[in-house]
Amino acid sequence: MAGADTGGAHSPLEQFEITRIVPLDIGGADLSFTNSSLMMVAAVLIASAFLILSMRRGALVPGRWQSVAELSYEFVANLIGETIGSQGRAYFPIIFTLFMFIFMGNMLGMLPYSFTFTSHIIVTFVMAFIVFVGVTILGFMRHGMHFFSFFVPPGAPVWMWPLLIPIEVISYLSRPVSLSVRLFANMLAGHTLLKVIAGFIAVLGVAGILPFALVVALTGLEILIAFLQAYVFAILTCLYINDSLHLH
Amino acid sequence: MSESRPPSSLDDLDARLQEAKARRAGAKSAKDPREQGQGLGFALRIGVDIVAALVVGVGIGLLLDSWLGTAPWMLLLFFLLGAAAGLLNVYRVMAGFGYAAGYRQGGQEAAGPGTGQPERGPPDRGESGRGGGGQPPAAD
Repeated sequence: MAGADTGGAHSPLEQFEITRIVPLDIGGADLSFTNSSLMMVAAVLIASAFLILSMRRGALVPGRWQSVAELSYEFVANLIGETIGSQGRAYFPIIFTLFMFIFMGNMLGMLPYSFTFTSHIIVTFVMAFIVFVGVTILGFMRHGMHFFSFFVPPGAPVWMWPLLIPIEVISYLSRPVSLSVRLFANMLAGHTLLKVIAGFIAVLGVAGILPFALVVALTGLEILIAFLQAYVFAILTCLYINDSLHLH
Repeated sequence: MSESRPPSSLDDLDARLQEAKARRAGAKSAKDPREQGQGLGFALRIGVDIVAALVVGVGIGLLLDSWLGTAPWMLLLFFLLGAAAGLLNVYRVMAGFGYAAGYRQGGQEAAGPGTGQPERGPPDRGESGRGGGGQPPAAD
């Protein structure tokens, strides 16, 4: 970690390092307040402040901030309406929260010298796992033991079941893995790439204008990906909830 | 298309009727084409879907092996099952099943892969017809 400082060059992975801000040790568990926690708190505060302050007046003809807040509301509401339908209204809070939290985390990570907490697999995995467990519980609440029919493809002959059911179960269990790895890998790869290319700028001298242009372009791409990954996470959560509500 | 439309062409009318019907059917259940964005995100999603299922399969195999003491056999078996599940994931995304496990496709149809193909067209057209919600695929 620290050994990469030879020659003044920083490791491109240094930006992902967790540093303790307020060390805290409770019963042997390291519960320190880290830079990751700081960015999470910042994401929650900024998202809350954005929504609360911009909707404070609630004007009939929305102003600039209110328009943006309503736009984000409508975006997620449409997403839910299209994927789940009218039944999905009940799940708006969790999906909107997830979307705003991930989006804010990704966007805060785009600020120079900040930290992207979504680039750590444990963070994304916990979020994906909460979705996975919640969706599974929802399926059992709605359908009881009938939920297991989810793993049997309709119309498949019985003698195929011993082969098909394990495949379906593995496919189901792979959901939290793919959901978390997708977000984590995108963030990690994108930020590492930015740092690596940025490292070429100073080394190449005048020709460094080329990697510089590339970094500018990649920054735009990263902002797009920051939004896209939050969107993908939200829409997949919607689809999973939809699956639990209506089994095939 | 609108400038040279023969008014009495039943074929044309039929085609437009079909399109309108498809748009209506698509509006009800057009969830899949939306996230079938092309390009970078799509490619990575496919890759992640394969690898995730494979990882889960291998993980289950290793756990069962250490539990039952059946040296490499469970690992081998679940490696293959995981690979199959990964391909199934990808097949579902490509065939328009979305990310849904199970075989329900958009509408009410619960059917095997064979009937999946003809159903693909309508939701796509329905999506392009709606226009309004299409910003994320356009941005992709």
